[in-house]
Amino acid sequence: MTDVTAGPPASPSAMPRPVRSQWRDVWDQFKTHRGALVGAGVFVFIVLAVVIGPLIWPYDAQFIDIRSRNQGPSFSHPLGTDQLGRDMLARMMAGGKVSVAVGITAMLLSLVLGTAIGVLAGFFRRLDGPLMRVTDLFLALPLLPLLLVMVMLFREALSSRFGPETGIFILIVVAIGVTSWMHTARIVRGDVLALKEREFVLAGRSIGTPPRRIIFRHILPNVLSPIMVSATLGIANAIITESALSFLGLGFPPDFPTWGRLLFDAVDYLQQYPERVLWPGLAISLTVLSVNYVGDGLRDALDPRIRGR
Amino acid sequence: MKTFKSLLIGTVAAAAVTSAAYAERGSDGEVKIIYWQAPSILNPYLSSGTKDIESASLVIEPLGRFDQDGNLVPYLAAEIPTVANGGVSEDLTTITWKLKEGLVWSDGTPLTSADVVFTAEYCMHPEGGCAQAAKFEGVTNVEALDDLTIKVTFGEPKPYPYQAFMGGQSPIIQKAQFQDCLGAKAPECTEANFNPIGTGPFKVVEFRPNDVITMEANPNYRDPDKPAFATLTFKGGGDAAAAGRAVLETGEFDYAWNLQLAPDVLANMAAAGKGKPIAAFGSLVERIEMNMTDPSPDLPEGERATAKHPHPILSDMKVRKALSMAIDRDLLVEIGYGQAGRPTCNLVPAPELYASDNTDCLTQDIEGAKALLEEAGWTDSNGDGVRDKDGMKLSLTYQTSTNAVRQDFQALIKQWWAEIGVETELKNIDASVFFGGDPGSPDTFQKFYADVEMYANNFDGTDPEAYLAQHTCEKAPRPETQWQGENINRYCDEAYDALVAELGKTAELEKRGEIGRKLNDMLTKDSYVVVPLVDRGRVSAHANSLGGVVLNTWDSELWNAADWHRIK
Amino acid sequence: MLNYIIRRLLIAVPTLLFISLAIFLLLDLAPGDPTAQMPLTVPPEVREKIRLALGLGEPIHVRYLLWLKQFLINEPLHIFSDATGWDVAGDSQRVISWQTRSPVFDIIVQRLPQTLWVVGMSYVVGILIAIPIGIISAYRQYSWFDQTGTFVTMVGYSIPPFFTGVLVIVIFSVQLGWFPSIYDTTHRVVDWDTFVFQLRQMVMPVMVLALQTTAQISRFMRASMLDNLNQDYVRTARGKGMTERVVLLTHVLRNSLIPVVTVIALGVPGIFGGAIITEQIFKVNGIGQLLITAIYAYDIPMVQTLTFIFAVLIVTFNLIADVLYGVLDPRIRYD
Repeated sequence: MTDVTAGPPASPSAMPRPVRSQWRDVWDQFKTHRGALVGAGVFVFIVLAVVIGPLIWPYDAQFIDIRSRNQGPSFSHPLGTDQLGRDMLARMMAGGKVSVAVGITAMLLSLVLGTAIGVLAGFFRRLDGPLMRVTDLFLALPLLPLLLVMVMLFREALSSRFGPETGIFILIVVAIGVTSWMHTARIVRGDVLALKEREFVLAGRSIGTPPRRIIFRHILPNVLSPIMVSATLGIANAIITESALSFLGLGFPPDFPTWGRLLFDAVDYLQQYPERVLWPGLAISLTVLSVNYVGDGLRDALDPRIRGR
Repeated sequence: MKTFKSLLIGTVAAAAVTSAAYAERGSDGEVKIIYWQAPSILNPYLSSGTKDIESASLVIEPLGRFDQDGNLVPYLAAEIPTVANGGVSEDLTTITWKLKEGLVWSDGTPLTSADVVFTAEYCMHPEGGCAQAAKFEGVTNVEALDDLTIKVTFGEPKPYPYQAFMGGQSPIIQKAQFQDCLGAKAPECTEANFNPIGTGPFKVVEFRPNDVITMEANPNYRDPDKPAFATLTFKGGGDAAAAGRAVLETGEFDYAWNLQLAPDVLANMAAAGKGKPIAAFGSLVERIEMNMTDPSPDLPEGERATAKHPHPILSDMKVRKALSMAIDRDLLVEIGYGQAGRPTCNLVPAPELYASDNTDCLTQDIEGAKALLEEAGWTDSNGDGVRDKDGMKLSLTYQTSTNAVRQDFQALIKQWWAEIGVETELKNIDASVFFGGDPGSPDTFQKFYADVEMYANNFDGTDPEAYLAQHTCEKAPRPETQWQGENINRYCDEAYDALVAELGKTAELEKRGEIGRKLNDMLTKDSYVVVPLVDRGRVSAHANSLGGVVLNTWDSELWNAADWHRIK
Repeated sequence: MLNYIIRRLLIAVPTLLFISLAIFLLLDLAPGDPTAQMPLTVPPEVREKIRLALGLGEPIHVRYLLWLKQFLINEPLHIFSDATGWDVAGDSQRVISWQTRSPVFDIIVQRLPQTLWVVGMSYVVGILIAIPIGIISAYRQYSWFDQTGTFVTMVGYSIPPFFTGVLVIVIFSVQLGWFPSIYDTTHRVVDWDTFVFQLRQMVMPVMVLALQTTAQISRFMRASMLDNLNQDYVRTARGKGMTERVVLLTHVLRNSLIPVVTVIALGVPGIFGGAIITEQIFKVNGIGQLLITAIYAYDIPMVQTLTFIFAVLIVTFNLIADVLYGVLDPRIRYD
């Protein structure tokens, strides 16, 4: 279990040379966190399953075999088939590819946006007013009409430039990212407001450290834990929002399975075919849980006070 | 002309259907109805949503209704006027209604011809934005001859005069209550719109828009023994599955409307034994429309999807026919609708008089479809499984509104079309955008920026004339009409237009049926511009203990709520 | 601080005006049509007349200013008239919903009780459960309590209410028959029995909603507590011989509350906004259901008014959160 290949997401090679040893420390600390390792393992497994799975599994997610519809788990269909006779395992894998990709990309986008705005607003008093009013504006905008407008304005343009699938992927990721960064921004700003009055920041400032350095060396590492929580909640949110979008006809084409959509479609069959709800529900929960544990481990590993112990 | 009269006499005779009333008014306690769409107003002249019309039909009534077989039944009128009984003039330009004697509103005041005249005035007011204005089309004058007699005059002969004051869409409202609400003032009369005084079996106690209506028995209802229920709760909201569950599984409600659920889900709910689903058929047909114009995004805006550019693939009738032949309609019904659907090849599946005997499309013929495409010159020259011709791939975009059954249909049809070498790209659009007429949106069904699209449509009442007239050339949506218009597939055929004009002048029922069937065939089996899939019925459910329910698709489902009673 | 609050309140006025304009433009730009939900049997000419009757023929700035006037001048006048019985409003036009043709505010007032009962209660329940869970989880990090808490809350959060809602209905209404599956909004609490009924019909929606709140807040609480537990001041406090109870609940908790206060403050406007999916599933028909039906029906006056009230609440509660930061951590200064 210990030789799982997943390193910490922040890749060591990206960092300048002198810091390298610090990242080794982080990795060493990360390795001691059992939950994080199991989480990383599960996550890698999920990613592999959805990326490589469809290549080896003989059934296509969209192939309809009407004679074998509504089947329970069997040898040829380990997860059964749906109401049109499509293989559930193939659909789970194809759906997972979209859901995991959307979940992670949208979460990263909203995290980067939220953290950047939160830190800037909290740290620079001049920016606080305008940025927080923009946050208020975004919090106040009704989500559904906003998405409708985005889809109307950009769907055709993106589809023609990047092809229908990539185009819609970009649209959905941006739509979810742009409408979900506000909580992170407010939370990070609140923390930064308190942090910047702390002694070590004052000390840094008094010896003339430029703001950029203060932010990256002193502020950011200290607001990491709310960011990590936002990240784990953000993935779940993104996967579920995507399902709501598809359901409203704003997302991927209807023959394109995603976990959220599989779950939604299965809810009506809850009493007859409970396993159909179980699989996507389980997959979403597992993904979120594994990311949560990885986040926990990462937070501990990046906290110098814990790392020393 | 003779048959026309005799049919009308027949309907009047059939009107005397009432069940034996052994219960006393209000003796059966409370009845609870759930609609998964919540009513937002109780005035059908300001909203034509089914939920609003049907909830209002418990309170306000028209002069006559359609029964479960589409026959005309007098309600407030003493009888249905016909040429035979002298109610309709020989030249078909007037119809004279006579009210039943002694009718009173729920507030105890008498109902007179003045109320009927006022109703027409209310809806025909140019600034009112009346949602039922189409019912009064062609009406030039409505006058009261005496307290009980109303004469409606038409500008030109009206072979089918049963539009105004007929059916749930056109009930009589009280003049005393609405007289200050004409035209632009209509929306300001909240109290009247939420609590109309009526003649129906129930009256409103409290109306909470988009939520719940509480009603009680109308103390002045014309039949002293009815309704059997003292109070009625009309809850709205949720979804079809929840409504079905509340009636069939938990027994919390007595009646659930329009349970559009997968057949096995519904069957499973019914197995709980607390109630039963009932089905009835009307004129609603789920169909695929073929775009006769080119929706390519490469064309300049304003020319895209207009008659300027015929469709490069679908202009060929052989392709359209092949696409229809590849579809297995029986399977679609089995998967999507169960007892609430039956396969059809007709745009007008009912009433019987207008239903063509066209059944050619019912058997799927993949090989025949392939052969037809070969014949049309579409071959798979590069072996990628998709046919092509002159360097163009046989690839279609297929759009519809978002709805679980429609998405299943899309998946199935996509597969069948793939089998005959047609590539399909699916697209689903939120219903409020798809059916919204916003000319700024590229995704409306009128704009039809796709090659084929699927939706369902029907006609009001039992006469399909206006419905068939939708496919005349000048009704095509185009930029000049702000993309409004009902000829969705832009079908244009002079012979068709001429035949529609002839139908407008024909009064003899037999002949009308013949022309109607011919028009239906021209759109379906002769040209395949409309590819009907499923004749969709309505499935509702009622508790086992609720008696007297007769499901009616030609009028409000709650048309006979006065006869409902508790089975003990 | 007072200075700061006054300044923020003054800035709030143009901010809110700008937000209202942005919402209005957004709604206008969004594709949709008030006649979209009507049956297809209604001909286009009739639809066009309906649109004109609703005022859609007017240019956009006229419609916006009209709404602004109705909202900011006419509505307060009507409220004042109703409250004092002194007719100052006359027959000035109120904000009228397109769907129901009745004043928007009357409907909102009608919807508030059930939304506050269900969504508000679930929020309170959620917070009351989440804070202790967060504290204990952090204090006993990686204990079985922490692990179970993490597992349950994360699973709870990652499973959407459209599933949990139906699941609890199937279990508790269909199978066990304990609770009604449909919320009765006309129910009035007058005595013990009706109160019990009210509790029974609230249990399931509150349960489903509280799960989400609990998950979210307990995660932030735990993370924030963990950050503070290793700080020097905690060691100092312990070293001075304070009891664990005092250290934890006075020192650490207070310092950990900043992100939690933010999350809670952000959630309060959400109570008013209702819970769209949960309300729909249990037929609570509160503000959330009102908003979503209005959006579907393209009822612009209703959506505009609701979202604007929502915006006012957001601005207010963000101000409250900012003031609370100062109270919790006196080092934070805005002046």
